[in-house]
Amino acid sequence: MARQEKKKDVVIVGLGWTGSIAGIELAREGLEIVALERGRDQNTVPEFKYPNQIDELKYGVRLENMQKPAQQTVTVRRNGDETALPYRHLGSFLPGNGVGGAGTHWNGLFWRPQAEEMRLRSYVKENWGEGIIPEGMNLGDYPVSYEEMEPYFAHFEKVAGISGQAGNVNGEIREGGNPFEAPRSTEYPMPPMARTYDSAKFHDACKAAGYHPFQAPAGIASTSYVNPYGMQMGPCNYCGFCERYGCYQYSKSSPQTTILDALKRMPNFEYRTHSEVLKVELAADGKTATGVTYWDEAAQEEVFQPADMVILSSYQLNNVHLMLVSGLAAPYDPATGEGVLGKNYAYQMTGGVSLYYRDANFNPFVGTGANGVCIDDFSVNQNDFGKLGFIGGAYWRSGTFNGQPIRSMSLPPGTPSWGAGWKEGIGEWYGHAMSIGAHGSHMSYANNHLDLDPTYRDRHGRPLMRMTFNWQDNDLRMIQYMKTQMEPLAATMQADITKSSFKDIGAQYDVRPYQTTHNTGGHIMSENAREGVVNKYCQSWGQHNVFVMGAGNFVQNTQYNPTGLVGGLAYHTVDAIRTQYLSNPRPLV
Amino acid sequence: MTDLPGYPSRRGFLKATAAGFALSGVAMSAKAADKTPPVPLDQYERSYFTAEEWAFVMAATARLIPSEGNGPGALEARVPVFLDLQLAGRYGAASDWYMEGPHDPGAEPARGWQTPLTPAEVYRQAIPAFDAWCADTYGKGFAALSPQDQDAALSALQKGEAPLAPELREFFGILLANTKEGYFADPIYGGNHDMQSWVYIGFPGARAAFREWPERHNVKYPLGPVSITGERA
Ligand SMILES: Cc1cc2nc3c(=O)[nH]c(=O)nc-3n(C[C@H](O)[C@H](O)[C@H](O)COP(=O)(O)OP(=O)(O)OC[C@H]3O[C@@H](n4cnc5c(N)ncnc54)[C@H](O)[C@@H]3O)c2cc1C
Ligand code: SF4
Repeated sequence: MARQEKKKDVVIVGLGWTGSIAGIELAREGLEIVALERGRDQNTVPEFKYPNQIDELKYGVRLENMQKPAQQTVTVRRNGDETALPYRHLGSFLPGNGVGGAGTHWNGLFWRPQAEEMRLRSYVKENWGEGIIPEGMNLGDYPVSYEEMEPYFAHFEKVAGISGQAGNVNGEIREGGNPFEAPRSTEYPMPPMARTYDSAKFHDACKAAGYHPFQAPAGIASTSYVNPYGMQMGPCNYCGFCERYGCYQYSKSSPQTTILDALKRMPNFEYRTHSEVLKVELAADGKTATGVTYWDEAAQEEVFQPADMVILSSYQLNNVHLMLVSGLAAPYDPATGEGVLGKNYAYQMTGGVSLYYRDANFNPFVGTGANGVCIDDFSVNQNDFGKLGFIGGAYWRSGTFNGQPIRSMSLPPGTPSWGAGWKEGIGEWYGHAMSIGAHGSHMSYANNHLDLDPTYRDRHGRPLMRMTFNWQDNDLRMIQYMKTQMEPLAATMQADITKSSFKDIGAQYDVRPYQTTHNTGGHIMSENAREGVVNKYCQSWGQHNVFVMGAGNFVQNTQYNPTGLVGGLAYHTVDAIRTQYLSNPRPLV
Repeated sequence: MTDLPGYPSRRGFLKATAAGFALSGVAMSAKAADKTPPVPLDQYERSYFTAEEWAFVMAATARLIPSEGNGPGALEARVPVFLDLQLAGRYGAASDWYMEGPHDPGAEPARGWQTPLTPAEVYRQAIPAFDAWCADTYGKGFAALSPQDQDAALSALQKGEAPLAPELREFFGILLANTKEGYFADPIYGGNHDMQSWVYIGFPGARAAFREWPERHNVKYPLGPVSITGERA
């Protein structure tokens, strides 16, 4: 028999970016809230303090800040004919763990999607006809438009403390910003970050080529800042220990620096760490949730936490897993197209060029997770899909973000991987290399989906989630196109040596090298209950008192890092809860 | 000191003194020289490795990152100590990893770590297996081979030409990765002795404060590294 806790108005599952947003906004409504977080509590001081966090082996390589596969993982197969095998240690993606979630150790690259990306199917249809949509691609529109989302993006930028240069304010194009972004109602809250040498080189090459370079929008404080919750940030030190690390000073945008201290002060908010939610419990008719069951690590027992409302904010992968094991919707069957849960899993397509200059000093250890200059000249709304033969696009970026030598030792082609030649190579080339990356969209396909694994189980006896995922030709063609455009630009930059790495057509998904932690889809938003798991307010179609946060809502992935859209959707959802749901709990659509 | 069979005398010396920076041409900072030297590698009290395994990792890491040329080699950096401590700890035991069966160690490499063995177990089983292959091929165990034959044997291991059971397939990969980790990780983990690997490439370690540097273009950062415990080099 599970222990039972006192009933709350709201239980929040996972206290990362979206759980913190839900927590503070609903606590301000006076609701009694408990957040359950499976990991530890962590704060700037003491957990992230200098110099302990400046430890590449512990955090960068052994991944101390991340989800432990021993606690939770997935199995992976590349197609329905393969047997899925466990993702036994982290490689390709690094889900977060502990208070703040991946929001503590992200890079801070902060993007709004393009307006076209929110209505991609319609955009394709209007311009080229649905005939160009490849067989098996589940191309869709988001059930909410960029225009509806704009105020929520603007608000999240203020909360998160974003540094950048606006390119399009209410339709007026601003010099130095991104001219291809959708219109924004406001400037960024802080001016753009400083420009490092590599990004200056890239900037100049782009200008000469007629492109439109701009400083990367960053969840990194370029100056001192106070956000709407009264939280203070101080200017960044360009410490170079950003991605995979908690910020040792109050400069990187995170739940800790922008929300949690304000939230923890509120008497109607409580959070419990080392509390791993195992299941969402449903009422007998299945139409509402009654609360959640979690594992209390300290007491080593299961606990039932009753609540009137359940917010799932445990990251895309964990949300889908919890919904599958709890039976919140019918699992997706790629053969018939029936069912919705686990549908449209998508990821990110990337590639790039490295440039080696014998005589240049890049000081690669000087930088931030979101450093760099970007261009959007090859982004979704700039590409002629009909002519180019793919649907999608990419933004390009160049900027040092860490010079940590275990992982960031870029060497020219032909350098041996060990021995005297390797040792000579690291002495010759460390600090003399820069790179340009293309960060591209990833569409959704019938073939790429999530369900429960038939064989492997977690420590609680629950089936692991099974990921069926492989690269598809459309996105490979997109990245191959980026190669044809990036190599000539790189050639104008006159490096001594250049090296390209772009996936070829036919490339197979490899779980080993880090790619991105931009896992999307699986509990997608939709116009109706037949096509997705949640409505435009991220409210479960099946249970109106369950709201689901995170990139699992994405219909297909955008070309950008996801958190701008993730946070925008979270604010859109809590606004609907506040203004429409609380007074009259019901399905909002 | 007891030398390892087949060791050229120069490496025997480095191994034994672990203060061979003068030989490898790396300047020692006053601070590093002031310190009491660490226990020589052949007197180091091992936490995980057996004597035979220790002889192997000493010999193998010395070829993966040799002492010759500029910069410290793996032995000067005390990489074997790092390996020993890592394998004795959470990494060696795969404590954070999902290790439940069934296992398919023969799966395509792109499917990731699929052996039932932990990293520590892989070292334990792979070293004698590889040594046996060396004995078959060259007439001697790895540690006793000439540097040229050691290099050839390691190349064969890397290319899969020195066949190991599928369960041990990851051996070369982790040996090389762990060796580089020990070379570049903060000295608190036992390797990167006196931060000389950082000095060699120009990485400032745990300084992590460069507020005025982003806009100093093409100017080499002048300061040497600091470690997590606050030492300078
Ligand atoms: C290395 C790295 C770099 C990144 N860089 C960028 C970037 O530059 N730009 C960008 O836009 N995005 C980036 N991301 C992605 C970004 O971190 C996520 O989009 C964002 O954190 C998602 O917010 P979330 O609330 O959905 O999940 P999270 O912030 O991860 O929070 C989820 C929380 O739920 C907890 N949890 C999970 N399961 C359970 C359970 N069963 N019970 C209780 N608690 C649970 C987790 O421990 C975690 O604390 C990066 C991610 C990583 C890992
Ligand atoms: S680079 Fe800046 S924001 Fe990132 S961790 Fe370092 S000080 Fe913090």
